[in-house]
Amino acid sequence: MASDTIPAKGQGGGTVLDARGVTMRFGGLTAVRNVDLTVDQGEIVGLIGPNGAGKTTFFNCMTGLYIPTEGTVRYKGTVLPHRSHRVTEAGIARTFQNIRLFANMTVLENVLVGRHTRTREGLWSALLRGPGFKKAERTSEARAMELLEFTGLAAKRDHLARNLPYGEQRKLEIARALASEPGLLLLDEPTAGMNPQETRATRELVFAIREQGISVLVIEHDMRFIFGLCDRVAVLVQGEKLVEGTPDVVQSDDRVVAAYLGTPFEGVPEDEAVAEVTAAEDALAKNTGSGSTPKTSKEGDA
Amino acid sequence: MNTLEKNTAPETAPAGGVLPLPPGPARLVALVGAAGTFVSTFLSWTYTEEFPGNLTVYGYPGGLQLLTLTGALLTLLFLLSGSGLRGLRWLTPGGPNSAVRLLALGTLGVTGYTVGAIIKNLGGLINVDPGGYIAVVMALITVIGALGLPADVPVDPEKPPANPWAQLVHSLKAPVPGRLRDMPGWVEIVIISAAFALGLYIFTFGIDTDYAELFIGYMVLVSFAFPAVGRAGLTRQLGQLTAKHRNVTVTAAFVAAFAFPFTQSNDAYASIGTNILIFATVALGLNVVVGLAGLLDLGYVAFLGVGAYTAALVSGAPTSSIGVTFPFWAAVLTGAAASLVFGVLIGAPTLRLRGDYLAIVTLGFGEIFRIGVQNLDGDSGPDITNGPNGIPNIPELEILGFNLGEEHTILGQELGRFSNYFLLMLLFTVVIVTIFRRADQSRIGRAWVAIREDETAARAMGINAFRLKLLAFALGATLAGMAGTVQAHVTYTVTPTQYKFVEAVPPNSAFLLAAVILGGMGTVSGPLIGASLLYLIPAKLQFVQEYQLLLFGVALVLLMRFRPEGLIADRRKQLEFHDTGQLDVPKEDTDLSKKVGV
Repeated sequence: MASDTIPAKGQGGGTVLDARGVTMRFGGLTAVRNVDLTVDQGEIVGLIGPNGAGKTTFFNCMTGLYIPTEGTVRYKGTVLPHRSHRVTEAGIARTFQNIRLFANMTVLENVLVGRHTRTREGLWSALLRGPGFKKAERTSEARAMELLEFTGLAAKRDHLARNLPYGEQRKLEIARALASEPGLLLLDEPTAGMNPQETRATRELVFAIREQGISVLVIEHDMRFIFGLCDRVAVLVQGEKLVEGTPDVVQSDDRVVAAYLGTPFEGVPEDEAVAEVTAAEDALAKNTGSGSTPKTSKEGDA
Repeated sequence: MNTLEKNTAPETAPAGGVLPLPPGPARLVALVGAAGTFVSTFLSWTYTEEFPGNLTVYGYPGGLQLLTLTGALLTLLFLLSGSGLRGLRWLTPGGPNSAVRLLALGTLGVTGYTVGAIIKNLGGLINVDPGGYIAVVMALITVIGALGLPADVPVDPEKPPANPWAQLVHSLKAPVPGRLRDMPGWVEIVIISAAFALGLYIFTFGIDTDYAELFIGYMVLVSFAFPAVGRAGLTRQLGQLTAKHRNVTVTAAFVAAFAFPFTQSNDAYASIGTNILIFATVALGLNVVVGLAGLLDLGYVAFLGVGAYTAALVSGAPTSSIGVTFPFWAAVLTGAAASLVFGVLIGAPTLRLRGDYLAIVTLGFGEIFRIGVQNLDGDSGPDITNGPNGIPNIPELEILGFNLGEEHTILGQELGRFSNYFLLMLLFTVVIVTIFRRADQSRIGRAWVAIREDETAARAMGINAFRLKLLAFALGATLAGMAGTVQAHVTYTVTPTQYKFVEAVPPNSAFLLAAVILGGMGTVSGPLIGASLLYLIPAKLQFVQEYQLLLFGVALVLLMRFRPEGLIADRRKQLEFHDTGQLDVPKEDTDLSKKVGV
């Protein structure tokens, strides 16, 4: 669908996003320290980490909401400007952790707003209502409807965004982001608050987005979701990148487990009890056939 | 009464009238009351002719009695319609009983006010004739009967209204009417035209009221009758028709407004119309800034001032420091351009601020304009504006040899000075309404609303928020400047004091903002109605002018409490403030919305 703006490269061909040495300090607090991250064409990359690790701050640095203290972010080779509307224009679209739809606009209007950077009709054209204006409006609407079909919201085009159920609001945010015809989509916790069924549907949606040649960078706490989805996962802990690699590599890394669960003290009386509980939980996880390795069975705590 | 109601509520769920009367007798009581009120207006209400309007005559009603008569007649019609009388059922597609209740209350209000005013003005109960007492008693009987009618919306058996007030509020709710059945196109067009003709008649009646008592009675009746018609479902069905015939509606509105000066024999009343239009168009310009882009501008009247001063300077007025005479079209363009430049100059540094900060800064800039103009008098600065004296003796406009200051006879009607300016201003209003609507329904308008809703998200969607906010600011300023160029000629004089933040006479920044909020943000008709009310009420009621700001504050507080979306609700705003779940459900789900019973 966005093939006219995205060069049709195969998977892994060409770097879309290249963040180097991104550091963000708020006064004395360093929220993000010297993080490098790349996303290749057609790749789905996950960014995980405990609460407060700086994931969303890193997102905001990339999308121009924050100006990073140090480091640069390149999109397809060009350094991104520190203005969020210019970043979107360049081809990076995002969703928000706490849904930020235009609550009192209809579903269709929300998506049409997403089209803003890809249309050029200014005030004069709106006032004079020439044939160009009408054509552009029709094209925008057709494209928006296409996206609503894609996300399964077409039937709700005239509903106000605020009246949609939670899961559909998340979908609408994705549709709105896709309307700006991005080459890279940044999803900030797309499954937060979703039930397992909705989470599965979201995974299918993200795969479908990748099918269209759009790379995806996703922040998530749901480990099952992230390990089932991503080609590559980076772990951010206390503002620094701890590990990066395929889901298998990351899952088997002790430091990741330690970062999420903490390291056990040696010789503490409760130690044995804790071990027992862990063993029992592992057994349970195996019985329920989750298929995940023992180390990720605690993902609910993440 | 309360306990009785509570006991009976669960069994007779669909009832729920405020007074525990059986529906049949209640209807009969209301019918008798309304008919009695109707008849009583043909009696004499007072002995002397000292009370304005001559209420002393037996045989035909006069003055305030006419209002009572109208109220009683409407009550009667809606009552009969509610009881299923053939040929009248179309009157109440929504809730017949809530409409009757409101009308009965309104009639009682007018009648009670009239008799009260007779007692107060003439000094004592003795001045009221039996006819007056009969009218009040009959109106009271109507109200009692009306309150006994069952509620239009069934009471939720789980949550019955807790107290009499809640019961009353509930009994005034009405269901949404269904879709209007299809009629031939010309019938629909006739209905729309008739509605606008009626609107024009009601409006001119208000403007032409020649004594305060009549105007107050008129306001009381109108403020009950309009909600009643809305409860009955007629407003919504008319809305369906106007949505279907958009062009016819716009034309009808324009024709009705165009016809206004031809209904005025007195040019003083036409001046009210002209000033309302100036006020309303400026409010509409402010609506771009406040209603669409969500920027609170407290210094907006400065742009009107820039336009007016520019027009005055290039008008060829003898006191103008420039001494050039532009033709009117050039003066309008110059005024609009000057306002545009001023708007960008003010907007560029201030629009980086959000919310309250922006409001304070615009308030400051508004005052800077006024004080600046006041000081450009040759003493404190260059002599451009004559300081506090302003620019007097602005000549009348002459367009294509048509002098707007003189009387002309058009279509057999003498059109005075203000009527001429009214027609000119109407042309401006049409232009500004068109600009507002077209800007609203476009990519730019959507971006403005997006910024208003969530600026961060709007930026993240690729909207250059600063540029679009500046555009809204500049467009609003230009529209106000255009209106200002006419205002300078209408008022003959421009002085700095006309452009204060708040003052007794609108338009000023506070009243402009109030007109937008009162009428309804983001709509076209909202500011027009808000401005009409805010101008008309003080213009008609001399005694209000003393307490204007107090009453104005009280009105705003009440409005924010009971109808925060304004008189004319933008669909979005209505949903925002009255969240009933699925109010906005599109066509196919009408059953659901009926069940919810909005």
